[in-house]
Amino acid sequence: MTVENARALRWRPCASIVLAAASAAVLCGGCSVLDGPVLSPSGPISLAQRDLLFKAVAIMMIVIVPVFVMAAIFARRYRGTNRKARYTPNFDFYWPLEVVVWGVPAAIIVWLSLHLWHYTYQLDPYKEIDPGVKPLQVQAIAQDWKWLFVYPEQNIAVVNELAMPVNTPVSIAITSDTAMNSLVIPALGGQIYAMAGMQTRLNLLADKTGTFWGRNVQYSGRGFADQQFQTLAQPKADFDAWVEKVKQSAKALDAAAYEALAKPSQKVPVTYFSGVEPGLFDKIIAKYSHGDSDRMPRHSNTGAMD
Amino acid sequence: MDIFGRLTIESLPFYSAIAASGAAVTVLGGLSVVAVITYFGAWRLVLFQWLSSVDHKKIGIMYIMLALVMLVRGFVDAAMMRSQQAIALNSDGYLPPGHFDQIFSSHGTIMIFFMAMPFLSGLINLIMPQQIGSRDVAFPFMNAVSLWLSMAGAALVLISLVIGKFSTAGWTAYPPYSGLEFTPGVGVDYWIWAVLISGFGSTMSGINFLVTIIKCRAPGMTMFRLPLFTWTVFITSVLIIFAFPALTVACAMLALDRTLGMHFFTNGMGGNMMNYINLFWLWGHPEVYILILPAFGVFSEVVAVFSQKRLFGYISLVLATMAIGLLSFTVWLHHFFTMGSSARVNSFFGTMTTIIAVPTGVKVFDWLLTMYRGRIIFKPPMLFTIGFLVTFVIGGLSGVLLALPPIDYLMHNTTFLIAHFHNMIIPGVLFGYLAGYMFWFPKAFGFKLNEKWGTRAFWCWIVGFYVAFMPLYVLGLLGMPRRMEHYEIAAWQPHLIVAAFGAFIILLGMICLGVQLWVSVRDRIEALDLTGDPWNGRSLEWATSSPAAPYNFAVLPKVECRDAWWDMKQRGVAYRRPEKYEDIVMPKNTFAGAVIGAAGFAFGFAMIWWIWWLALLSLAVIGAAIIVRASNDDDEFVMPASEVKAIEDARFPQLAKAPKNAMEDEPGFAGQPAPEAAA
Repeated sequence: MTVENARALRWRPCASIVLAAASAAVLCGGCSVLDGPVLSPSGPISLAQRDLLFKAVAIMMIVIVPVFVMAAIFARRYRGTNRKARYTPNFDFYWPLEVVVWGVPAAIIVWLSLHLWHYTYQLDPYKEIDPGVKPLQVQAIAQDWKWLFVYPEQNIAVVNELAMPVNTPVSIAITSDTAMNSLVIPALGGQIYAMAGMQTRLNLLADKTGTFWGRNVQYSGRGFADQQFQTLAQPKADFDAWVEKVKQSAKALDAAAYEALAKPSQKVPVTYFSGVEPGLFDKIIAKYSHGDSDRMPRHSNTGAMD
Repeated sequence: MDIFGRLTIESLPFYSAIAASGAAVTVLGGLSVVAVITYFGAWRLVLFQWLSSVDHKKIGIMYIMLALVMLVRGFVDAAMMRSQQAIALNSDGYLPPGHFDQIFSSHGTIMIFFMAMPFLSGLINLIMPQQIGSRDVAFPFMNAVSLWLSMAGAALVLISLVIGKFSTAGWTAYPPYSGLEFTPGVGVDYWIWAVLISGFGSTMSGINFLVTIIKCRAPGMTMFRLPLFTWTVFITSVLIIFAFPALTVACAMLALDRTLGMHFFTNGMGGNMMNYINLFWLWGHPEVYILILPAFGVFSEVVAVFSQKRLFGYISLVLATMAIGLLSFTVWLHHFFTMGSSARVNSFFGTMTTIIAVPTGVKVFDWLLTMYRGRIIFKPPMLFTIGFLVTFVIGGLSGVLLALPPIDYLMHNTTFLIAHFHNMIIPGVLFGYLAGYMFWFPKAFGFKLNEKWGTRAFWCWIVGFYVAFMPLYVLGLLGMPRRMEHYEIAAWQPHLIVAAFGAFIILLGMICLGVQLWVSVRDRIEALDLTGDPWNGRSLEWATSSPAAPYNFAVLPKVECRDAWWDMKQRGVAYRRPEKYEDIVMPKNTFAGAVIGAAGFAFGFAMIWWIWWLALLSLAVIGAAIIVRASNDDDEFVMPASEVKAIEDARFPQLAKAPKNAMEDEPGFAGQPAPEAAA
């Protein structure tokens, strides 16, 4: 073996270590990630989000794969010691290549942008999922460090548990009575910020029954890690039974009870309230905004206005 | 009012063993620097040759020293987070929430503001003036002020480990959490004043670099003959000048909220946190490109030199850099698609973001095409470049995914995002800076860094990167949020253990970097660079001696085309003795920069702890230093032609001793530039 070959070979074992490490990481991720909330969704919104993810990854392979291939082939073929390879030290411009390196990424981005606009409108969290069906209304209030869900039509409230009938759209109005939070239930769809004095909105639908975790994902202080809840997606009858169960609770959420609840607390167990102070959600917003609706990130919940 | 403001004996970190040992390491580190300087009797040298220097090369070296120290500190934070998360399934781990939160805040703050920014300013200072054939930057004294304000900011972050606590609000300090209502201590104030003070330094650096490139180029160095590194510095400087004021304003308003009880960003009283978030990212997104464009510049230089070939697509690369610079101001909203904007707004910013992938893709292909039909020599800077090319496109892929608002709704605030931006910043920014560090080290110190340890460092870094961050992508798909001090989902833990192991491999990479420096200094005599051109370089910084004379060029070079130094070698006019030398006007050293930096530190400390008399006093000192310096007309000296001749004459015997370029020993060496190669 010549010196040149030996030198060229020296870094190849290292390259295979990289590959091995990378594939080990991918493999060990592979099995569990497929069952994760993002890749095995439980609602049409999260399903559409996942499909967009797959499409975008696939189209970008047109650019990514050539980079890997070119990097590997060029680094090997044009290594300095390989005197058989062609060497053109002054080759610095060739317009067909320029057209390709600008044109191909640009074409992909055009394709991607069209999808981006379509999906962004379609999956706008403010958009009602089915205009023909009246969604279940829920009001979510972020507190330090728990979530309070108010069901205005049922006149009940729950801490750290969100129940919903399966195959029924749910429209969640969101605000915060503390620092900025962000509400997400990964199995059902994306997140939206919760901000004091403002209302944001998340429209979701579960098309599978099950228990899905949700939580605050915007860091908000020392109790952040435990600020989570379970989402119960149930058949309609079970949901009604759940509502009845909550209505049996001896506790009611009047103004005084709310004040006590709003104080910072951690790892708060699921708590049911059988009655809710009228207009509580709006009062919490008004506390900060003084009725100034200009502070809202968006006035309407239809997605029609900017 | 107390003479020490809110500073009391309880501010010392005796409440926790981990905090106390962090403080002890910081204090001992400072003391050991003092001890080493004293041991070598180097105080005169340090004070009069370095602290008071206005030489852009020395300022560059000091910036990079700061960056390397802060890299170690930032890495320690990262290692603590990775180990905490590896064990914190249904357990509190070893870090309580208040401490863990400080660590992720200081990790981000340090890595962006006090590792990447100084590293960037250091490389630019060291190389850019030499690349354009200039004797200095446009404003040498302002350059020193920039350096010492950066030092002041970094010192505030370091001292927060010893006195008081650091912010828990993350490196972005989102209100209202970062307001007085939720974080009444000094932590967020430490963040604000460290960022504000060093931000002033960065803004002045941007102005300095831009004016230098516009006004100080050598004869014949037209804009489209600039080396690509200088082009990226040019665009980065424009971005700094336009972007940093937004950060300064956001921080100043947050400081007014916290210090004077105003209501710009508070929950109630008419405040609105959304304004801060917009202002912050109006700086924050261009900042990403401020960091990465010069790294792209380094890759452009390195890939051409070590492929022994002209850079492919120079004009494309310049245009792509300009396009990225322009687009970087049109995408900031993608950091908060989830704040309730309409589909129309989100679609616009999403589309602008994906468009950035086009010029970036062009750059990647132009670098690959530079390797095509080259003769590649795998020195450590080239290894970092190839590692970057392959790894960076994965980050580009995840970046385009996050630019799609519906996907961002899912992945925002998860470790997928963390994996994405580390995938841009480690292979993109840090690999670029490390490549530049190993590439230009001989220009700074006159000897090369050890290549064996450089190669080892590269392999540890790249393997460590994959092992540490690929699991975070997976965890993001599993829904794991960022900033979790502990968690209850068992499926996350295996990935976090793998990630912690990756951090350990990166630790080996850090150790290799340290050993490399140690070994290189020890064996420097064998690695001396006598020619000033150790890599058979192409641009003008290789025309000077290594290390360069204080004036860089005894006679300003005349540039006739791109790759000016290569062209001179080709035409046989390199290393030519000029007929005569002329007097050179040089700026005098001054302590005013260091004084302003020290007073800036005192001012920040006073504002953090509400020590009002000290704040006023340090402001007065800054004002006085500026006035004294500005009214001193005797700030330059003339280096006589005879002295220039003496320095230059000493170089020619060295060149005679080393007629051969060190690269000629490489088996892959393709030959010196010769007239026939031009065909």
